[in-house]
Amino acid sequence: MAEEKRLMKGNEAIAEAAIRAGCTAYFGYPITPQNELTAYMAKHMLDHKRTFIQAESEVSAINMVYGAAATGARSMTSSSSPGVSLKQEGISYACGADVPCVVVNVARSGPGLGGISPSQGDYFQSTRGGGHGDYYHLVLAPKSVQEAADLTFEAFDLADEWRMPAMILADGLIGQMMEGVSFPPMRDLKTLPKKAWAAGRQQETHRPNNHITSLNLMPAELEQQNLARFKRYDVMKAKLQRSEEVNTDQAELILVAYGTSARIALGALQMAKAEGLEVGLFRPITLWPFPEQKLSELAAKGKRFLVVEMSMGQMIEDVRLVVNGRCEVKFYGRCGGMIPTEEEVLAEIKRLLGK
Amino acid sequence: MELLYGHPKSLNPVQTKYCPGCGHGTIHRLICEVIDELGVQERSIITNPVGCSIWSDLYFNFDSVQPPHGRTPAAATGVKRMLPDHLVICYQGDGDLAAIGTAEIIHAANRGEKFTTIFVNNAIYGMTGGQMAPTTLIGQKASTAPYGRDATGEAGMGYPMQVCEILATLGGTKYLARGSVNTPANVRKTKQYIKKAFEAQMRGEGFTMVEILSPCPTNWGLGPCEAEDWLEQNMIPFYKLGEVKNTLDAAAIGGAK
Repeated sequence: MAEEKRLMKGNEAIAEAAIRAGCTAYFGYPITPQNELTAYMAKHMLDHKRTFIQAESEVSAINMVYGAAATGARSMTSSSSPGVSLKQEGISYACGADVPCVVVNVARSGPGLGGISPSQGDYFQSTRGGGHGDYYHLVLAPKSVQEAADLTFEAFDLADEWRMPAMILADGLIGQMMEGVSFPPMRDLKTLPKKAWAAGRQQETHRPNNHITSLNLMPAELEQQNLARFKRYDVMKAKLQRSEEVNTDQAELILVAYGTSARIALGALQMAKAEGLEVGLFRPITLWPFPEQKLSELAAKGKRFLVVEMSMGQMIEDVRLVVNGRCEVKFYGRCGGMIPTEEEVLAEIKRLLGK
Repeated sequence: MELLYGHPKSLNPVQTKYCPGCGHGTIHRLICEVIDELGVQERSIITNPVGCSIWSDLYFNFDSVQPPHGRTPAAATGVKRMLPDHLVICYQGDGDLAAIGTAEIIHAANRGEKFTTIFVNNAIYGMTGGQMAPTTLIGQKASTAPYGRDATGEAGMGYPMQVCEILATLGGTKYLARGSVNTPANVRKTKQYIKKAFEAQMRGEGFTMVEILSPCPTNWGLGPCEAEDWLEQNMIPFYKLGEVKNTLDAAAIGGAK
């Protein structure tokens, strides 16, 4: 039975969801706008007799995650854009060694130090394997505090199932905003999946040694490892694509947006409807794997697309790849921590519809 | 019949890839002898670094976790916090520990992480081909210090770092010793340091580290025997052997005997 709703900040809701998902090891480093997440973990992980360390850097934090996760523990770190850049080395190693973990990016504006206002400028980094080498990992994009909690809870299961990092790509608005949220019950740690591949506890089973490593100096063998990993990616692409659609049947013009910009797009859609304009919304929830199947079906129907992002246009490249020239793909975005208003998006809709 | 000497169970019976006269083989064996003596083979995990000893999972007959270059103490922190009853060995070279991973070792030591660092100091980068290390001696030549390490001159390469002495100032460190594997007597002493450190770790006392001076004949441009002498004459006068810090619980050590 779902518990009573609580009014919480997104950052705190993500933290509470992680604890309930059975996260026993959290490692973080201060950075705005995700600091409430680390502070919540500091108090509540220790209260639950679990591991919390304020690391000396984001680089160390992700490697503590890697070490803890290598023993089979559910392990997590969180940060914001510049800090997530620093974690990319560790994420690449976790992908190369098939070590599951959860990484939360409460994104801010860039490049460089940029600003602390919300942004969606980390789409490329998140969905293209932000570190070195050939790899991808799960990326989930919540639009609300409730969805941030739900996706975080689920991310631990997905990471374990697919043996890879799962990233929650939120932004400063979702992290800082307060909304009502209810949580699933606390996972009993004894019921979490057993990990025969993990390091440690060899004395319990006398199994052969387990080596957690991404190293392979034999090109032919390393190629086979990468091929096997990409086969797994294909299975994930077939099974895990997730998106939400609003009014896509009726509408000729469909807004494509994720996270915060999808909420703004939804508001613009409702304003358009009040003016008698039929507009649809396609909201990717999994950014990797990208929900190309559903989007492709819409493209086959000859819809027009307006991609709305808080960036100079990053997800639009995935939309264009799916659409593949079959129909028109336009863009509206703000960047640098500026958030598009519903009125601005509505004005763009009207311009495109010639109204 | 009691077995007095043999191949350690914890060491795989394989020929090493290490160069003739390299110290890693001896150090691997010492670690494994101590693990066998403590009876913790199936509760041991090594975090093996980037460098020549990246292959330690070929040699050590127990689990391993391989982190990025320099991040070894951070990964070992994660491993040990999750498995506090395991023997966690953080194996690092001088580039891994004292250059790219300086932040990680300082903070792991300062937090008093309860793993043992085996710090192999050969005053040079091995695997990448003889570049200057943080521990390269003044005047010592390296591929990136072709005229020898010049601390304050035009090249401004700074001074060799005495890691045990640096870490000794930190509250979290309980046992810091420096041994060498250049002579049989030094090998025996080094084994005692490793044993003390591992026993202290299993008692959960705090951060322990054994720095081991180790020859790298290939990158020093010397024969194996000359390399042992070079280490004796050049490294030991600067990197003094012995227990640099020992604040272990004396009562517990007595009780363990």
